[in-house]
Amino acid sequence: MREFINWMADPIRSFPVVCVLFFLMMKYYRIVGTKKFLYLALAFIIPTAIWFGSDPNFFTILILPDNIPIIILLVLVGYLQWFTLYKSAENDKRIEAGLCPIEGLPENREKVWCWPNLVYTELFCIIAATCFLVVWAIIFKAPLEEPANPTWAPNPAKAPWYFLGLQEMLVYFDPWMAGVVLPGVVVVGLIAIPYIDTNPKGNGYFTIMERPLAMWGFLFGWLVLWIYLIIVGTFLRGPNWTFYGPFEYWDYHKVVAEYNVNLSEFLWIKGLNTSMPQNMFLREILGIVVSLGYVFVLPPMMAASKFGKGMIEKIGNMRYYILVMLFLLMMSLPIKMVLRWLFSLKYIVALPELELNL
Amino acid sequence: MSATRKHLNRREFFSYLTVAWVAFGAACAGMASLAFRFSYPNVNFEPEMEFLAGTPDMYEEGVDERYKNGFGVWMVKQEGKLFALSNICTHLGCIPNWLPAELKFKCPCHGSGYYTSGINFEGPAPRPLERYKINLTAEGKIKVDKTKLYRYEKGQWDNPNAFLSV
Ligand code: FES
Repeated sequence: MREFINWMADPIRSFPVVCVLFFLMMKYYRIVGTKKFLYLALAFIIPTAIWFGSDPNFFTILILPDNIPIIILLVLVGYLQWFTLYKSAENDKRIEAGLCPIEGLPENREKVWCWPNLVYTELFCIIAATCFLVVWAIIFKAPLEEPANPTWAPNPAKAPWYFLGLQEMLVYFDPWMAGVVLPGVVVVGLIAIPYIDTNPKGNGYFTIMERPLAMWGFLFGWLVLWIYLIIVGTFLRGPNWTFYGPFEYWDYHKVVAEYNVNLSEFLWIKGLNTSMPQNMFLREILGIVVSLGYVFVLPPMMAASKFGKGMIEKIGNMRYYILVMLFLLMMSLPIKMVLRWLFSLKYIVALPELELNL
Repeated sequence: MSATRKHLNRREFFSYLTVAWVAFGAACAGMASLAFRFSYPNVNFEPEMEFLAGTPDMYEEGVDERYKNGFGVWMVKQEGKLFALSNICTHLGCIPNWLPAELKFKCPCHGSGYYTSGINFEGPAPRPLERYKINLTAEGKIKVDKTKLYRYEKGQWDNPNAFLSV
């Protein structure tokens, strides 16, 4: 069983599993979003978590001071996710029956004063958070390491926990893409949401039925592409950033056979059986065409489809193209990951001469 | 009340304004010069950019880590060539480790792997490790100059300054 879990936890297999779980959760959110389901899930999760924690190796990883916030985060994310589904399921049932959502009931629309209702709550939150941090700082000591040395790096060298998703992303991308472009797009995209999304549905109340696209798209990016990657980066990446299953000892000498190949090598050497052309743009022509097609041909093609036409009618051309671009950029991450696993593909376009790799 | 209050005339106003602007400009310039000075520290703990790395007969075939911690350079002897390999990962600039059992350099940050020659073969690193300028001094010592880089993908490894024939 432990072997099996180790084997399954490898991102090659756990990523599809997580995607399927996500799909099931969103599809059957009315079942997931019930109290009964929560209790059943807890009855399953708590013993499993204890069993995982009973492994001495994994336990030492779990209780690293750096990792405890991630555990807290996971519990919170899990609970809030369930809460969202629960509330949405409730509301959607009412909406189907022609009623207004619970948040729209007259007794819930009552207005209160900012002072004292809000300000008091905020004050208590500030005090509670400060207490928490003080206690935290007393209990968990920051590790004292040797003096900084520019010619040596710890192994594994891990980013702060909130960046571990990004670090995991960097395994699949050039630093320019995963370190600058994609995080930039994430930030800009999040800022842009209120301007792109002008649909008043779902404002101030939980619903999935009325906003399927928004909910699916956002939650996929959040749960699968961010939280899941943080979990992998934190608990399952050991020395040399090699993958280690939860029940596996972090052996520094674990060797993983891996040999990554660029798309250009696939084309010229494996496909056409010739040597690589001298000119670098000719060499990468396939990758360049594919990437340009992905960003410039796909959006208009989607716009011409029935779905795209409906979207444009609703939100207008400009918003549609921004939305599609953001979505495509987000999807480039799972696409690249899957390509890496299936074909050991390193870069679609590899122009190291220009420091440009996709 | 109004009798005691003396208004500024136009000329006085401008002279005050001038003084204020000059003072403000001087303060800014002072801050800027401090910031400038700050970027040139008195003591620098960074490794030397140029160093002597012994004599060619000191090295055995393979990777030599003697100058890695002090200077950030692996001295590698391979197929009759001795070269100075940079220890900065070409992916995001971490410091890879030399794994003698697996005969490869492995980066702890995202798992890039390099052969002894510095060629990348696994993980996300987009190009091979860089090599530094290396040559013999008149006394027969090896001199490594880290200010000059030779990059494989630009075909610079064949440059006579990028290796020593031993
Ligand atoms: S910095 Fe070396 S693999 Fe990313």
